[in-house]
Amino acid sequence: MRIVVPIKAVPDLVEEIELTSDETDIDREFLKFVVSEWDAQALEEALLVKDACGAEVVAVGLASDPDIDQALYTAIAKGADAAVRLTGGAADSVLTSDRAALLAGYLATEPADLVITGVQASDDLDGQLPPMLAAYLRQPHVSVVVGVVATADGVTVRQEFAGGRVHELAVRLPAVVGIQAARQAPRYAPITRIRQAMQAGGVREVAAEPAPAGQAPAVRRMYRPEQTSHAQMLTGSADDVAEAIAGLLRDRGLVKG
Amino acid sequence: MTRNVLVLAEHDGKQIAESTYELIGAARGLAAAMGGQAEVALLGPRDLAGQLGGADVVVSVEHQALAQYLPQACELALLAVLAQRSPRLVLMSSATPGLDLGAAISVHWQAPLAPNVAAIEVAGDTIVATAQILGGKILAELELPGERAVATVTGGAFPAAAGRGEGPPEVVEIAPPAGLDDLAMSLAAVSEPQGGDVDITTAELLVSVGRGIESQDNVELVQELGDVLGVPLSASRPVVDAGWLPKSRQVGKSGLKVKPKAYLAFGISGAPEHLEGMRDAELIIACNTDATAPIFDIAHYGTTVDLFDLVPALTEKLSQ
Repeated sequence: MRIVVPIKAVPDLVEEIELTSDETDIDREFLKFVVSEWDAQALEEALLVKDACGAEVVAVGLASDPDIDQALYTAIAKGADAAVRLTGGAADSVLTSDRAALLAGYLATEPADLVITGVQASDDLDGQLPPMLAAYLRQPHVSVVVGVVATADGVTVRQEFAGGRVHELAVRLPAVVGIQAARQAPRYAPITRIRQAMQAGGVREVAAEPAPAGQAPAVRRMYRPEQTSHAQMLTGSADDVAEAIAGLLRDRGLVKG
Repeated sequence: MTRNVLVLAEHDGKQIAESTYELIGAARGLAAAMGGQAEVALLGPRDLAGQLGGADVVVSVEHQALAQYLPQACELALLAVLAQRSPRLVLMSSATPGLDLGAAISVHWQAPLAPNVAAIEVAGDTIVATAQILGGKILAELELPGERAVATVTGGAFPAAAGRGEGPPEVVEIAPPAGLDDLAMSLAAVSEPQGGDVDITTAELLVSVGRGIESQDNVELVQELGDVLGVPLSASRPVVDAGWLPKSRQVGKSGLKVKPKAYLAFGISGAPEHLEGMRDAELIIACNTDATAPIFDIAHYGTTVDLFDLVPALTEKLSQ
């Protein structure tokens, strides 16, 4: 089974996010980028499938994503069999539809039995990758998945709903799966192994011809949420703040003393 | 094209989900602004139409593959509904069905999609949707011009009361598309959430941890505070996904909704999915070193003191 895991670099939400001067996009120039947390979960789930049944796992990133080589070499260090850096298409686009179109173009030439990727990305502006990619590929798809197990006929996936209800679905391949969470926390790749992967140079560059992209909304403007209310901030030392919080809880009869 | 707004009903085979009423309320307002009507696509048991009195029309597709949510079956059935009803706008909740189907419908129906929508309005010939991105830190106003569009809407963005209505609505039946008899997937089993060791929905006071706790070992630190207070630890999704606390402790969209008398949030940034599960707590006290974290917009009290300093201090104060 060949499993392709598309990986995206997204802004690190710990960073202060600035807008461009025309306020129609975020300013990416000085932002730190990290692998989308759901894609990290997807890679882990793909590696769990590989551990169980010996699948081939290929991590795929877009050359236009910041620091994507680091992410791809990390994927190899974690256990991916190969990594691909895609070029082509609307290189500067931030739209999921353009990303999906380029990945669909790549998968038309190097098909996968199963695509496992993150259910969403924090900067999705026009929809989520898994269903969009599946639509371009005309393949079945399941998102918000918390477990994938290979079977004789395809895969069994666990799809999660609000409140924790789970549907177990039997899915024939090829298919696209959007991961909410892997069955275990993403494994750690020691820096020495990442360096070894870099020295071995296992990332292959592929120029893909994008599929025709669908429609996307136009961004009128971006802005920070107006704060209709804001917390009353407790300041001072940790001891001062602890005293204030203890007082608030005591006032409401939630703690003794 | 019509001027109608069509809502995808969410259900578990027996009950219509609360989010559907929120969407029907929004659809009524938008349809009125455009001179159209609010329609609901009911994919599944037709007798659920009786719960959809808030809609002008319920468009029903019934088939055994639609008895419970099945992605491929719902996608085919919804596309059949859209082909016949041609709404101006489709609304889905941004819970599982919206995350699962929205973008695929956008491609197949050739309509732009606005995700994670917190507000939406008609502006002349266009529809303007406000999407939450980057964990709610930024709002994006998206224009959805043209003849058709899709929006997935965050929970709690609209009041459910406006979507409820008395009496049975008009029901239009649509024949199930042929593809439903030859699907590439089937539903093998349904499992309800397990109760877990404690019920966080009944606790008067909750101590909750988020990504800022950094490691499983550090969860112990906050557990000590919980033990002193005699209350269970709850968490935001990343902590549960990492396996540091069980699923039964997760607060938020894919976890549990809680309404304690006080909610202490440590290292939780306040992503929209988490806020959806705890915003009704009577008192919210948030601790996060990021002064711009969205949690401070709904918390009553906040502090940027490092949780690794604050939690031991608070534990000591409360154990005296």
